[in-house]
Order: sequence, then structure tokens, then C-alpha cells
Amino acid sequence: MSRQLPKRLGLLLLFTVICLAVLVPFYAITLGSFKPGKELVRGGLNLSLDPSVMSFDNFTFLFTGEHAYFTWFFNSLLLTLVQVAVTLLVSAFVAYGFAAYEFRGKNFLFICVLLIMMVPFEILLLPLYKLMYDIHLMNSYGAIILPGLASAATVFFFRQYLRGIPEEIITAGRVDGASEYGIYFRLILPVMKPAFAAMAILNGMNSWNNLLWPFMVLSDANKYTLPIGLKTLLTPYGNNYDLLIVGSFFSILPIFALFIAFQKYFIDGMTAGSVKG
Amino acid sequence: MVKRFLYSQKVAPYVFVLPFILVFLLFWVYPLGSSVSMGFQKITIGQEAQWVGLDNYTKMLGDEIFLKAIKNSFVYMVLTIVILIPFPMLFAVLINSKMMWAREFFKSAFFLPALTSVVVAGTIFRLMFGEMETSLTNSFLGLFGLEPVKFLKGQTTGFIALLTLATWRWTGVNMLYFLSGLKNIPEEYYEAASIDGASAAQKFFRITIPMLKPTTIYVVTISIYAGLAMFVESLMLWNGNNSPKNIGLTIVGYLYRQGIEKNEMGYAAAVGIVLLLIAMIINLTQLTLTGMFRKGE
Repeated sequence: MSRQLPKRLGLLLLFTVICLAVLVPFYAITLGSFKPGKELVRGGLNLSLDPSVMSFDNFTFLFTGEHAYFTWFFNSLLLTLVQVAVTLLVSAFVAYGFAAYEFRGKNFLFICVLLIMMVPFEILLLPLYKLMYDIHLMNSYGAIILPGLASAATVFFFRQYLRGIPEEIITAGRVDGASEYGIYFRLILPVMKPAFAAMAILNGMNSWNNLLWPFMVLSDANKYTLPIGLKTLLTPYGNNYDLLIVGSFFSILPIFALFIAFQKYFIDGMTAGSVKG
Repeated sequence: MVKRFLYSQKVAPYVFVLPFILVFLLFWVYPLGSSVSMGFQKITIGQEAQWVGLDNYTKMLGDEIFLKAIKNSFVYMVLTIVILIPFPMLFAVLINSKMMWAREFFKSAFFLPALTSVVVAGTIFRLMFGEMETSLTNSFLGLFGLEPVKFLKGQTTGFIALLTLATWRWTGVNMLYFLSGLKNIPEEYYEAASIDGASAAQKFFRITIPMLKPTTIYVVTISIYAGLAMFVESLMLWNGNNSPKNIGLTIVGYLYRQGIEKNEMGYAAAVGIVLLLIAMIINLTQLTLTGMFRKGE
């Protein structure tokens, strides 16, 4: 054991150094949220702890000032909750079809699911933009939610998860006279809870952090989400760092809180695609 | 009658997958099809679209800014793979070793950056890589007596900022991928190797790396996709889509510039199709070379 001690200390030292490097940006933005915007424009983000320039002014401004931050915050919250709920329900429903049945066209359809995962969504931005315009969904959350309704990654994960559920549950349900949908809603859904938790995190993170597509679709400032709102604080004519830094800092907090509470599901959700078994 | 039909065991699977079919047709097949056809058109607002054959594609060949965007995206993709495969793999092996203390703590800490949005992370890195001498990176360089650098004004230094951002955000996630891959390697392999007197390095190269192949292929596949489609990182770092001399311009950035900022929808659609083809070709080549298709599923 004692022969291993130098190696163990070496490992610990190495990881501590990397860990500090990982944490530096968080430390810098925490300090930055206590500094006036002028100071950030002049000096950039850094690690200087100078009490003479630091104050709670930004936080006071965040909570009591005139700005739309909390409108964006609650828009993001609403959009994330609705998008996650709808996407998970639809994707799980679809995944069950793929996992529990043999039917004509199944392989072809499943290849389509895999194909979606391989096509960069970005190339569809313009035609989707045009489509949303044509069907009058511009400037609505519908335009953001609908294209991802049956999310390929989520369908794929649920299907993998369902393959591990014993066939007997379904057979027993049929013997008891439950309908095909009854089996799904009453017997299968309840056992999918852990998978739902992992996918809620994955989809929730994507939705909460999503910028590009919502930014293209939403034009009404009252509907802006947090990432769009924060981005509007940066303009070619000058940047509102007073609100941007403290707002960015504050936007990380709820996710960190959730992460600490549901760590396992975060890790399952974020690494859901990896090859298992 | 209708109810009996919908509830039969033959029809039920189609009811289950119906939402996918609808979303797929409406929001993937249709836009993809219209992308292909838009690529052959010149689209001007308020006028009928004109068919122009391959004009958009031949125009690209001589479009230096487009070629610059391709080069940037490609270099970014290659470098993210070069950085974000070996280091996370090594970290996973080290953190997985029995000699590691506080394993769970480090796993969580490394994961934290992945929780931030590109908007927030991009803002932080823009200010950390600021050109003033008091910015974090320049004060770090100052410790070694180096002159302050205008990171976001130069090609190489701009890419250093972009890659640092990517490395910071994804090292932890990729490490977790490799950790879950390591769980699938039977302990006996290492025991047998130890009995044969293999060194730690030999075990790493002869057992760990080959056994991690499926995970590595997966990470390479998503890195190709993410690298080629990168845009928002650049948008945030340079505070807009116009970096000096286009040092941060990517393919999707160019698609956005042409389609949304300049209203050249036809040309932008053609750029999108080229991106799709590049992504497909690289990924299919990679998967064929690594033998993923031979194994079946």
C-alpha cells in the first residue's frame, strides 16, 4: 500500500490541477458578476479580487431594475417544461411501437430514425423557416416544439431501454384482456420512469440552452427565451455587461442545483447515446 | 368497428409509430426536399423563383469566402477530434484506476461545463480571451513575461480560443462516454495480462484501446457531426457572424449569412446540401474504415 502512495498522490495532484482549470471560468464569471460592466469592458474577465470595484449593484439591478430578464427566464422555463413533457410522451409512445412489435416497414422506419441522428439539423434551418412561415407558425412556440416532437435520439434511447423489459409483461397483459394501448399506458409506462428521468434531463438541457432555431423563429421580444434575451444584450453599438454577466451567472444556478440533486440522471441522459453492452 | 380495427394487434404498431412518420415527413423529408430544389433556384423576395440549374454550385467553387468557411469547419472538426478523443480517454482510464481518490467528485466537476449554454460559455470565454492585458489569458501569459495577445483578431489565436471553449465544454462528457465503455471490459483480461507480466502501458495499448473501439467510433461520429455543424460558438465568441477576415466563419455561419442576412435563399440551400454531403461522406468513410458495417447491428 505504501508503495502506491506516491502514485496516488501524483494522480490526485494531476486531477486537482485539471479540475482547477475546469473551474476557473466559473470562478471568473462569479467574480465578474460583482464588477461593474465598465470594469469588464476595460479589463475583461479575470481573477483579480479588488474589493474597491466589487459590489452587489448588479444583483440589485437584476432583482429590482427595469429589464426583461425574468420575462425571458419564465419564457424559457415554460417552453422547456412544455417541450420536454410533449417530446417525452410522443417519443416514448413511438419507441414502444419499435420495441414491442414486428411489423412491415419497421426496419425501414428505424433506419429513418438513425438517419435523422446523422443529418445536421442546421441544414434544415432555411427550409423549415420557410415552412413555418407558410403554415403561419412564425413567432410561436409551436414552431420550436413541433419539429422535435418525435426526437430521434430520445426514441432511440427509449427503444434500447424497452428492449430490456421482459416480454412476459406484455403477454400477461394480453392474457388479462388489456388492450394494446392499455398495456402500454398501464403496464409499460410505469416501469419507464428511470428512462424518462434521463431523457427529461437531456431534452431539458437542450431546450433550456437552445439558441439558434428559437432565435430565428421568435421575433416578438415578449416571447424571447433566456439565451435569446442574453444575446440581445450584445449589440454592435455597445454591450450591456451589467446585466449580461450577472444574468448569465444567475442562469447557471438552477441547472447546477438540479445537477446536484439528480446527478445520476444527468450523467445517464447526457451519455445516453453511448454504446452499451 | 373502427375501434376494433385500431385496437387490433396488427394495426396497433402503426398507431404507435404514426407520430414519428408524420414528424419525419413534415419536418424532415419535406424541408430536405425543398432544400434540394431551392439549391437549383435563384430566389428573390417578391418574385417568382427562377430555375438556374447548377449555377449555385458552380458559384461556390469560385467563392473564396465559402471555401474559407469549409476550411475553418474542417480544421475545427479535425482538431476537436485530435484533442477530445485521446485526453478524455486517458483521463477516463486514470480516474477509473483503483488508486484514484475522490473519483465521484472529479467526475462531477469535469461535467459542470457541459451544463452551461453556448451563449453563457461563449460570453465568458470572449471576456477571458479579451485583448486587454488584464484579461485572464493575457494576465496568465504575463506571468511568463509574454506580451498581451489579441486572441480574437488572429487566425491561429482565434482558433485557440474556439478550441479551448470546445475542450472545456466537452472533455467531461467524452470522459464519461469512455468510462461507460471501460465498464464493458472484463477484469480478467487485465488479470491475465498481469500474470503474463504486461506493463501498464502495454495493457493500455493492447487491451484498453482496442476494447474501447465501439465507444471511440461513437465519439468520433458525433464529433464529426458537431464539428462540421458548429456555428453558435463562433457567433458568441466574435459577438456576431462577422469575424475579422472571416477567421471564425463556419459552413453553417455562411449558410446563415447568405440565407438570413443576405436573403440569398437558393444559394444558402445549396451550401446546406454541400454540408450534408460532406458530413455523410466523412461519416460513411469513417464507419466503413472502422468496420462498423461488417458487424451488422
